[in-house]
Amino acid sequence: MRRLGRLALPLGLGFAFLYLPILLMVLFSFNDSRMVTSFTGFSTRWYAALWKNDALTGALFLSLRIAAISATMATILGVLAGFALARFGRFRGRPLFAAVMAAPLVMPEVITGLSLLLLFVAMEQSFGFPAGRGASTIAIAHATFGAAYVAVVVQARLSELDASLEEAAMDLGARPWAVFFQVTLPLAAPAVGAGWLLAFTLSLDDLVVASFVSGPGASTLPMVVFSAVRLGLTPELYALATLLVAAVALALGLAWWLLRPRRA
Amino acid sequence: MSLAAARPGSAEPWRDPDVEPFLRIEGLTRRFGDFIALDRVDLSIWRGEFFALLGGSGSGKSTLLRCLAGLIEPDAGRILLDGQDMAQVPPYRRPVNMMFQSYALFPHMDVARNIGFGLRQEGAPRAVIRDRVAEMLALVRMEGLGARRPDELSGGQRARVALARALAKRPKLLLLDEPLSALDKNLREATQFELVNIQERTGTTFIIVTHDQEEAMTMATRLAVMDRGTLAQVGTPGEVYEFPNSRFTAEFLGTANILEGVVEALTPGGARIGSSEYDFDILSEGEPPKPVGSRVFVAVRPERMRILRAGADAAFGDNRVVGRVRDIAYFGDFFLYYVVLEGGKELRVSQPNLRRITGRPVDWDDIVTVSWPAEASVVLPE
Amino acid sequence: MSGAARRRLLVLLAPLLWMAVFFVAPFAIVLSIAFTEAAEGLPPYAPLLRWADGALVLQLNFVNLALLFEDSYYLDAYLLSLRVAAISALCCLLVGYPMALAIARAPERWRVPLLLLVILPFWTSFLLRITAWIGILQDQGWLNGLLLSLGLIEAPLHLLYTEFAMYLGITYCYLPFMVLPLYASLVKQDPALIDAAADLGAPPWRSFLTITLPLSLPGMIAGFLLVFIPAVGEFVIPELLGGPGAQLIGRVLWTEFFQNRDWPLASALASILLLALVLPIALFQWRFVKDGQR
Repeated sequence: MRRLGRLALPLGLGFAFLYLPILLMVLFSFNDSRMVTSFTGFSTRWYAALWKNDALTGALFLSLRIAAISATMATILGVLAGFALARFGRFRGRPLFAAVMAAPLVMPEVITGLSLLLLFVAMEQSFGFPAGRGASTIAIAHATFGAAYVAVVVQARLSELDASLEEAAMDLGARPWAVFFQVTLPLAAPAVGAGWLLAFTLSLDDLVVASFVSGPGASTLPMVVFSAVRLGLTPELYALATLLVAAVALALGLAWWLLRPRRA
Repeated sequence: MSLAAARPGSAEPWRDPDVEPFLRIEGLTRRFGDFIALDRVDLSIWRGEFFALLGGSGSGKSTLLRCLAGLIEPDAGRILLDGQDMAQVPPYRRPVNMMFQSYALFPHMDVARNIGFGLRQEGAPRAVIRDRVAEMLALVRMEGLGARRPDELSGGQRARVALARALAKRPKLLLLDEPLSALDKNLREATQFELVNIQERTGTTFIIVTHDQEEAMTMATRLAVMDRGTLAQVGTPGEVYEFPNSRFTAEFLGTANILEGVVEALTPGGARIGSSEYDFDILSEGEPPKPVGSRVFVAVRPERMRILRAGADAAFGDNRVVGRVRDIAYFGDFFLYYVVLEGGKELRVSQPNLRRITGRPVDWDDIVTVSWPAEASVVLPE
Repeated sequence: MSGAARRRLLVLLAPLLWMAVFFVAPFAIVLSIAFTEAAEGLPPYAPLLRWADGALVLQLNFVNLALLFEDSYYLDAYLLSLRVAAISALCCLLVGYPMALAIARAPERWRVPLLLLVILPFWTSFLLRITAWIGILQDQGWLNGLLLSLGLIEAPLHLLYTEFAMYLGITYCYLPFMVLPLYASLVKQDPALIDAAADLGAPPWRSFLTITLPLSLPGMIAGFLLVFIPAVGEFVIPELLGGPGAQLIGRVLWTEFFQNRDWPLASALASILLLALVLPIALFQWRFVKDGQR
C-alpha cells in the first residue's frame, strides 16, 4: 500500500462513484414504501411484485435466450477472426479486415441499429428473408457487434501466447486442425469464455440496436425497462437491478472458483 | 575440452568418401523482405553426428534450423534427409523433431501427456504410448514425475521433458534450438554432458543451434560457424579453433591477435611474413595458403604466446617482439596482458596464473618480450 | 492453391462474409436511402431505382441532406453532441487517470482484482444504473435529501434534466473504457524510469509531468476516443438524464425515425454522422496506431 500513497484516495473515491448508486438501489429495493427515496421499513414485496409482472419476466426470458444464441454465434465468428488476426501474419487485405472487425466497437449504436434495420427491410423486400423482425433479427444484430468484442479478446490472448507451442505441436505431428483443437483452443479457453460472457452481457444490455431491429411482439428486457423508466421510477426496478447484480456476482464467484489456480 | 573428441571409437564419416551424408542441404536460400537470412547454404551432415550451428544473432542459424523442421519454407534450395526431398513435406509429416528454446511445453497437459503428444498424433496404441513415455522418462532420469504439470517443474526438469518429448517419436533428426540458454551456468554444464550421453545412447543425429562457443566446442562432433546467412567455416571444433580460415572465425571462436603482412619468402618448413607496420617479421609453419608477395592476415591465439620481462634470459619461440604492458586483466585462472608494440599495435597475451611459482610477476608499464612458436602463427586463407 | 492458403481462407470466410453482409452492406443501404424521398407505406420511402418509360431511372433526392445544413436545429444537435461527448470524455480522463495510475502502481497480485472491480458495474444493466442516477439526482432524490438533512441547502437543487446530469451519466457509464487503455499503457512503463528520474533529482510531481504523463499519451488518446465516439451518438443518457433540451444527434435521429417515421432523414443524419465524424476519427486512430507501432 505504501507505493500507492496519495493515489489511494482517488482510487477509493472512484470506486465509491462506481458502486454507491448500485448499493443505493440494492438498499431501496427492500424499502417498504412506494417512495423510491426515503427508507421506511424492510420488505420484500417488490420482489414478489416483480415475479408477478409477466411483461417483465417474459422480456427477461426472451433477452436471456437472445443473449445466449447471439453470444454463441459471436464467439464462433470472433474466435475465427481473432485467430486469423493473431496468427496469419500480414495477409493481403489484413488492414481492411482488422478495421471492419474493430469498427463495431466504436460505432454509435443508433447507426448500427438503423443500418441493420434498413438491411433487414431490404433483404425482406428482395428475397423474403428474414420474414418480419423479432428475436432472430435481434440475435443477428447482437452477434455482429458481439463478434467484434470476442475477436479483440481472443486476438489479445493469442498474441501473448508463445507461438512456439503451436509450432511444437505441429513439429510433433499434429495436423493444422489438430493443433487448433488440441493446443490453441484449450490455451485460449479463458479468453473464449470471457468473450462469450462479454457478448452475452452486451446483448442482455442493449436497448438501442434491439429497438431498431425488433418487430412487434418481441420486446427485450431493456426495451420493457426503458418504457417503465420513462413512466417513472418504481422500487420494482430496483429489485430487478438487485437480482441482476446478484446474478453477476454469483456468476463471477463461480468463474473465480472454477478458474482458481490448482497447484499441488 | 571436447566431450565428442573423447568418445571411444568415434568415427569420422565425413572423412570417408564412401559414406553418403544423411542430411544434405543444397543452395538453401531464405529472405525476409530485404534481409537475406540464408544465402545459398550447402551443408552435409552424417548419421549419428552431433552437429552445432554457431553464430551471433541474425547469422541465420535459427532460420536454417526452422527450415529443417519445416516451420519456414526456403525460397530456394533443397533439403534431402536420408535421400528424401523434404520440400513438399509439411512439418507434421517430417521425421524430424525439435527441442524449442522456450521448451514450448503444453501448459495444459502433464509431463506424460506432453511426452506422449507426438505418438498420440500418429494414433499409436495406448500401451505403446505408455511404454514409450516410461522409457523416455527413464532416459532423461525423470521417473515418477509423469503426473507433474510443466509449471511445477524446475528449469532443468523442463529442459529434460522437452528433450524426452522430442525424442519420443524416435526422429531421424533432432533439432535443438538454444536448448540450454535458459539454464544457469552450473546446470548448463551438467546438462551438456547429459545431452551428449543421451545422443550417444540413442544414436540419433543431433543438430544444435547455439550462440555459446563453449557449448558448441564441448558437445559437437563438428560445427559450422555462421555469418550473415553463410557458413563461414565447417569442421571439427579442433580444426576450426586451431586453423580458422578467416578473421571472422578466428575472432568469433575464442580470441585472436590478427596481424597484417605480406608473404615475403618461403623458409624451410614455413614462410616469413613481413610488414611495414611492425619492425619484425612473422614466421609461420607449413606452406602459406597464398603465394609469395600477397597480402595476408595472421592469427595468433593469446594462450599460445608467452610473456617475459625484457632482459630475462629464457627466450622462447621463433617469433619475438618487444612491447610495454598497458593493462592487465585478472581472470582468476589466468591473466590477460595488453601489450603495446612500438608501432602502436596492441597484442593480447594470456598466461596461466602461476604467480606463486614464478618470481616477480610482469607488472604495469613493464617492458616485455612476447614470443610464440612458428606453428602458432596461422596464416588465414581469407 | 496450397493447403495452408485454403485453410486460411476457410477460417476467414465465415467472419468475412458475416461482417460484409451485416456490417458493411448496411452502411451502403443507409447512404442510398439518405437520397430517397419519404413516402407513405412500408418501408416509408420511395425507391431509389425504378422503371419509367422502359428505362431504369435513378432518382437522387438531395432534400434530406440540404435540410440538415439549412435547418439550424440539426446543426445545433451536432455541435451539442460534440460538446457533450468531449466534455464527458475529459471528465472520464480526469476521474480515470488517477484510478488507472493507482492500479498500475498497485502490487501485482492486486491489479487484476482491482481492474475487475472497475469493470464489474459494466456487467450489470446499463439502463438500471442510469435509473439509479435518476433516483440520486431528482428533486426529491437521495442527494437532495442528504444535503437538505445536513442543512447545506435550503431548497432542493435542480440536478436532473441538466447538462450536468448528462456529463455525470456518460462519465459513469463509460469510465471503464477510459481506465482500461490507460492502465494498459501505464502498466507497460518501466518503473525504473521513475527511479532513474528520482535518482537524477526529479521530485515525484516532476517525474509524473515529464515522464509518466507523456509516455501514457497513446493510452489517453485511445481512452478519449473510446469514450468520445460512442458518446457522440448516445441516445439513452440524454433521453433519461438530459431533459427535453438535450437534443443530441442520437436522440434526434431516434425521434426522426420512431416518431416522425422519416427514414430518409434519419439515414441522412446517420450518413453525416458516419462520414463527418466516425470515419475521420477512425482514420486518425488507424494512422496514429500505425505510426506508434513503427
